[in-house]
Amino acid sequence: MFAPRLPRIGTESAWRDAARRLASKGVPPEAVDWGLEGDAAAMFDDPLPATGTAFTVARGFVDLARVLIPERSGQGMAVAYALLVRLRDDPRLLDRRADPLVARADRIAKDVRRDLHKMHAFVRFREVGDQSVRRRFAAWFEPAHRIEEPVADFFVNRFGDMDWIIATPEVTLIYHGSALRMEAKASTRLDEGDPIEALWTTYYSNIFNPARLKVDAMKAEMPVRYWRNLPEARVIPQLIAGARAKVTAMHEAGFSTPPPQFDRRRMTMPENLDATPLDALAREAAGCTRCPLYCDATQTIFGEGPEDARVMVVGEQPGDQEDLAGRPFVGPAGRLFDEQAKAAGLVRKGVYVTNAVKHFKFVQRGKRRIHQRPDAGEVTACRWWLDREIATVKPDLIVAMGATALQALTGSGKGILKRRGGVESGPDDMRVLATVHPSYLLRLPDREARARETDLFRADLARARDLVDEAR
Amino acid sequence: MARMTIQDKLALLSDAAKYDASCASSGTSKRGSRDGKGLGSTTGSGICHAYAPDGRCISLLKILMTNYCVFDCAYCVNRASSNVPRARFTVDEVVWLTTEFYRRNYIEGLFLSSGIIKSSDYTMEQMVLIAETLRAQGFRGYVHLKTIPDAAPDLIERAGLAADRLSINIELPTDASIKAYAPEKDARSIRAAMGKVRLTGEDYADRSHTGRRRGRFAPAGQSTQMIVGADGSDDATILGNADRLYGAYGLKRVYYSAFSPIPDASAVLPLVDPPLMREHRLYQADWLLRFYGFELSEIVTRDRAGMLDLDVDPKLAWALANRDRFPVDVNRAPKDLLLRVPGFGTKIVDRIVAARRSGSLGLEDIRRMGGRVKQARPFIVTKDHHPAAKLDAADLRARFVKPQQMELF
Repeated sequence: MFAPRLPRIGTESAWRDAARRLASKGVPPEAVDWGLEGDAAAMFDDPLPATGTAFTVARGFVDLARVLIPERSGQGMAVAYALLVRLRDDPRLLDRRADPLVARADRIAKDVRRDLHKMHAFVRFREVGDQSVRRRFAAWFEPAHRIEEPVADFFVNRFGDMDWIIATPEVTLIYHGSALRMEAKASTRLDEGDPIEALWTTYYSNIFNPARLKVDAMKAEMPVRYWRNLPEARVIPQLIAGARAKVTAMHEAGFSTPPPQFDRRRMTMPENLDATPLDALAREAAGCTRCPLYCDATQTIFGEGPEDARVMVVGEQPGDQEDLAGRPFVGPAGRLFDEQAKAAGLVRKGVYVTNAVKHFKFVQRGKRRIHQRPDAGEVTACRWWLDREIATVKPDLIVAMGATALQALTGSGKGILKRRGGVESGPDDMRVLATVHPSYLLRLPDREARARETDLFRADLARARDLVDEAR
Repeated sequence: MARMTIQDKLALLSDAAKYDASCASSGTSKRGSRDGKGLGSTTGSGICHAYAPDGRCISLLKILMTNYCVFDCAYCVNRASSNVPRARFTVDEVVWLTTEFYRRNYIEGLFLSSGIIKSSDYTMEQMVLIAETLRAQGFRGYVHLKTIPDAAPDLIERAGLAADRLSINIELPTDASIKAYAPEKDARSIRAAMGKVRLTGEDYADRSHTGRRRGRFAPAGQSTQMIVGADGSDDATILGNADRLYGAYGLKRVYYSAFSPIPDASAVLPLVDPPLMREHRLYQADWLLRFYGFELSEIVTRDRAGMLDLDVDPKLAWALANRDRFPVDVNRAPKDLLLRVPGFGTKIVDRIVAARRSGSLGLEDIRRMGGRVKQARPFIVTKDHHPAAKLDAADLRARFVKPQQMELF
């Protein structure tokens, strides 16, 4: 029989040392009586085996043991050792959460973790002493388990720029000048208050919504045993008692009348009066509900470019990025267009870019929005805006990129690969040059085909430049 | 009127902030102050430092910068036409309150919201100043800033660089309701601002060619809130909107807030007790959509007029209506089917999948792993259990519904 008695400070490393020696000699769990210094000595207490050979242990065990050891009754240390012994022959044991020993360890660990978490949450510092170089605070806390050592680092990492003491009935943590000291000594509850507690209690009382009284939910998360060390808990009884009356008062007060100085007309924001015709058109389009696409999209993505542009480029519809950014041609296809237009000598500043459909159409799969091609009805509904953009900009040439744009401008989007590069007649006999949509290039899987098609696309854009130059 | 003390202001401006449900302090970048040069740290899962008698967690100092407001939203206690007393915190007051509360371990940080004063830009800039001052003074705790939709992009960028989380409340589930009850707000500009926040975040997440980051923009992401029960929207509409918001803007959370009576109420909205159970069911449904692989059309069906069942949770309701999909064999079924079993959470499912590799499981095993066997029993097969005809019993639903308690007369 072995009966290790571990120190109150440094328990974990002492446990690890003892457990390593015992396990490497194959001592069975029932032959070990774990305890702390000061606990009653066991009837039989063989000396611990000398340092045994080191051995490896399944991943996750060390973290689990660290949580089990502080358990107050000593069961945690015993369960941790029993696990260690079994893990030597059965390294996958921890995966079997239904195993009675593993389940028991889980239960204890859950309880200790909760205690750790509640200590993080419910320690309340009070300022002590003068505010000399570093401010000094003190707290009193009564943990359920022996968690002072594992919990200390949380406070060191959080309150690094002040000195503090956390006293519990058995241990005092002293953080002074950036160094932590732990002392195993009995303390009693501190009684000084702190003027800030009045403000904190004011906050606590006012953030509470009396119309949602749920006392059991509060007690489940903030058990009554913690209340005596929480300054805000003093007002809980009166908050509960007064809750119903407050709600009744709200009901009885009924609806209010606005104060006499309130003037609804003040609320409207002034319109920007010196807007250009295109700005005015864009603002009008922002509220468009001509087809149902506005319901799911973020915003109308209107065209962009100079009012006297000689070339108008029409794409299909905004994509995910355009929908979020509020601007056309900013996604991957837009960037490809910019790149090729530049290479073809089309100056972006001289081009007005827009889309046949001005809202993003998509289906949502999980958290992704997958682009959907707009149908004929949506294209027709949006023609209203495209026509007005054309009438305002009056370009010399329109470039229709892709079948949807071609359909909007010529009435048919069929056979685009045969029609590309050709000039057709659009609204008001406007010249329309057909080409593919840059997203078609992005979708081509074959690198060679993509390079070839990209060259053709650039040639189409160069043709557009030439046509406009000739017209000049 | 006598000058307000900081205590008066705190009472007023926290009372006005309590209708915002969010109090999360989780999921941000890891920070600490063991170097002694600053104050505060962050943890992965956040900490609730207190609970109010409404059962809600108090993690942050949740206050308004001011409750003056030029907007007149019917559901809001601070609307321009309300008679509540008004107050405004200075930058220094908010910074002082936050750090003094933080030093005493009352809070994880600050959640700052505000009424709109002067202009959207002015209001946003004042709020950003508070967050920036906190950071300049070495505060490393959590900061959540409410974002004003129409604020200039550079202000939103500054907000995201100083704060852990940004949020813009959509408040009402449909554009029509927003128009009706929040006439100065515009659903489109709210969505556009959410899009802006997402894009800016993605922009900052990209590393430059040297592999360095330019900074961290709202590392805990963005969230929003919808008020439930103020307008006539059904649950299908609410969840549908939430689903779209998650998809389009990558929101971390959509909060549902049961419309609660406010002092000085507007006549256009109901003055009734908040629909707390409905709010609870919406959260459960939201979880099913995000973590359990359910589609919206499975959770809210036309049979119930687009509303969730208040008597049983949405997963159980789905199982009861789709009994042909059960029983599920715990020892063989793929993970996505296990996730559909009432009483099994994501953690239990992971444990089952890991444990069954080394042996067939029985009911007691599932109980030991933390599964709610009473709930799951009619829907599962284990090595020692088969529900047989119980699954098809007509009274199965009734067995899960708590009987209404008789009232004393």
